Amino acid sequence: MQNNATSTVAVHDRHGEAHAAHNPALLHHFATEEQQRNSASLGMWVFLATEVMFFGGLFCAYLVYRRWYFGDFAAASKSINMWLGATNTAVLICSSLTVVLAVWAAQTARRRLLIGSLILTMLLGLLFLGIKGVEYKEKFDEHHVPGASFSFDHEEIPGHPGQYANPKHAQMFFSLYFVMTGLHALHMIIGLGIFAWLLTMAWKGRFTPEWHTPVEIGGLYWHFVDIVWIYLFPLLYLIDRHK
Amino acid sequence: MSMAATPILQPVERENYLNKEYGAWSWLLTTDHKRIALLYLLSITFFFFIGGFFALLIRLELLTPAGDLVQADTYNKLFTMHGMIMVFFFLIPSIPAVLGNFLVPLMIGAKDLAFPRINLLSWYLYIIGGVMMMHCMLTGGVDTGWTFYAPFSTNFTNTKIVEAGLAIFVAGFSSILTGLNFVVTIHRMRAPGMTWSRLPLFIWAHYATSIIQLLGTPVIAVTIVLVAAERALHLGIFDPKLGGDPLLFQHLFWFYSHPAVYIMILPAMGVVTEIIACFSRKRIFGYHFVAFSSIAIAVFGFLVWAHHMFVAGISVYSALVFSFLSYAVALPSAIKVFNWTATLYKGSIHYDAPMLYAFGFLGLFTIGGLTGLFLSALGIDVHVTDTYFVVAHFHYIMVGGAVMGYLGGMHFWWPKISGRLYPEGWARLAALIVFIGFNLTFFPQFILGYMGMPRRYYDYSHMPEFQILNVLSTAGATVLGVGYLLPMFYFLWSMRYGKPASDNPWNAAGLEWKTTSPPPTFNFDEEPVVIWEAYNYEELDAPHEEGVPVAK
Repeated sequence: MQNNATSTVAVHDRHGEAHAAHNPALLHHFATEEQQRNSASLGMWVFLATEVMFFGGLFCAYLVYRRWYFGDFAAASKSINMWLGATNTAVLICSSLTVVLAVWAAQTARRRLLIGSLILTMLLGLLFLGIKGVEYKEKFDEHHVPGASFSFDHEEIPGHPGQYANPKHAQMFFSLYFVMTGLHALHMIIGLGIFAWLLTMAWKGRFTPEWHTPVEIGGLYWHFVDIVWIYLFPLLYLIDRHK
Repeated sequence: MSMAATPILQPVERENYLNKEYGAWSWLLTTDHKRIALLYLLSITFFFFIGGFFALLIRLELLTPAGDLVQADTYNKLFTMHGMIMVFFFLIPSIPAVLGNFLVPLMIGAKDLAFPRINLLSWYLYIIGGVMMMHCMLTGGVDTGWTFYAPFSTNFTNTKIVEAGLAIFVAGFSSILTGLNFVVTIHRMRAPGMTWSRLPLFIWAHYATSIIQLLGTPVIAVTIVLVAAERALHLGIFDPKLGGDPLLFQHLFWFYSHPAVYIMILPAMGVVTEIIACFSRKRIFGYHFVAFSSIAIAVFGFLVWAHHMFVAGISVYSALVFSFLSYAVALPSAIKVFNWTATLYKGSIHYDAPMLYAFGFLGLFTIGGLTGLFLSALGIDVHVTDTYFVVAHFHYIMVGGAVMGYLGGMHFWWPKISGRLYPEGWARLAALIVFIGFNLTFFPQFILGYMGMPRRYYDYSHMPEFQILNVLSTAGATVLGVGYLLPMFYFLWSMRYGKPASDNPWNAAGLEWKTTSPPPTFNFDEEPVVIWEAYNYEELDAPHEEGVPVAK
């Protein structure tokens, strides 16, 4: 299927002038559609590598303090709602499935399935952000947002009855919690923007089995943001839960 | 002989990337990598002279031991803004965004970078960052030093940390996008026959640079996010009062900012490699060693950051490890220097202006690198930490190395960029002035630092014996300033009055010389096919052996 497309291009190229006959999505500085597609997907992988480093710095900071103030972090972790976090994990895993469906639909020219999967992905993304909002509201009501009104008094360290968490160190947990989940949520919002654009393109029927690179690399981005959450969930929500 | 005759026979200028379209929008909305390179050239030159102006004010203040020209706070802002502008808005984009942008597609035989619109976006991000930085500067500036160490930057200073941080964040995004474009272009856009072992070493150097830009810059970005969040919301991540660790800031900061030095020096090494091969008319000695030493520098460069923190309170054991690893970086650097020297050996050496800069680079980079070894030795570092010895060391690398490489490259490729020849006599004079001015400025600083003059002091009246060396340094800075202004003038002059350049005025190897000067918008009239090895100077010179020197 893809070989067919490439050989057509090669024939046109021999005639030099016949560029208009190409897929209009083939940009002038690429020789073949395959080269263009490979470049786009490599570009997204490289970009995701920079994202790994971006979150990596944050994870590093988190792990340092989690080791230093383990008990305080465990106490603070216990105060956030594990079930909301677990639900959100399930929501994101489902959204990854719908992304895969979207890519497959684009590859096999199933336009309605493509549009449906994109909408479903966005709905799951919105659901995630909604649940996140409920969680943030809970933290706000409990005065667990770092700042002047922060309080975390007389919270026992799990497994150490009678020992109370140091509020300063618990505040450090919540600082990191908000920065990490906040930056993750920002990535989700950007992802929703990308998917809204993909949806309009799909609506106009712009994706074909030969050219659907945006769906593929948009999907890569979405999977990456999911994976970040897969690490955030146990790190933030499941500290010392077995005690 | 034949070289000189061609341009005169040219009656009408061929269509090229410069004369294809005119008008501001044809530049501001261009996706042509060559035009974007020129946009970068203009903007980094602007920032270079702003940063240079601050440097001159610093040197003027230090002319006398008393703090008589500016106040202490102003002086703090001067060296901070000098550092921030020179590092983030000149040195990091300098060679990659100007020469790299122009040359990477030409050298590998591509029509453009893989993502031309992202390339333009990166310039706009750079400009947005630059405007933010200028605004921050004009409305009060920052006084923490370019390193903005916590907790001073997060809890104490009242200056515009967040705004400067965001400016650097945005400029960093621009740097990431340039690196991303280069990596994908080098992987996917090479002309038929342009294998990895046939790539010019300039490309290898830019590939290594891009890896650092891609993997390092996001870490400084997240550090800036944390600093901004800490200032805005009083989080305490770096605040010891709240259980935070200022050392964590330094680790995160230097994880990027040490490799950033290699973002500055690796492209200069690439430039120098091209120049040395051309002006000694030989294939680069040990091609693969030079290529992989670039990658090795990029990899080792990520493992040495804590040598900036030997006296900051890290454990002796980790200091030992980082000291050892810092020594390890000297290996690939030395491999390069020895291979360049071996290339020169028995070469037919031509002393044109680019080669003078390359020689300057060789000497100054070697001094900068060797004094770097002094600093990675724990015992000596304790003695000279935060003295002018450190200042002199990194200026030998960044100015003596990176800026010399940049100027050499600008001269070497100016005929290709502008289609005109620069005045060779003036250029040699300027190269000499830069070399003399540079050494006069910075060599005395090694001695000052070794004698114990601390950096970042505006007043040294308790140690007036340091004045003579400071006077020498300030005098040198003036000479250096003249040396930097000269090329700007004669490059501008040559755009109108310079002799038209032939396609290959140096008779150099490399695909960029096989297209016209200046090149057409899509670089090559026909897609090139590469059937020769890199730096095939022996082959190139063979037919001309009737006694006529080729490169003039």
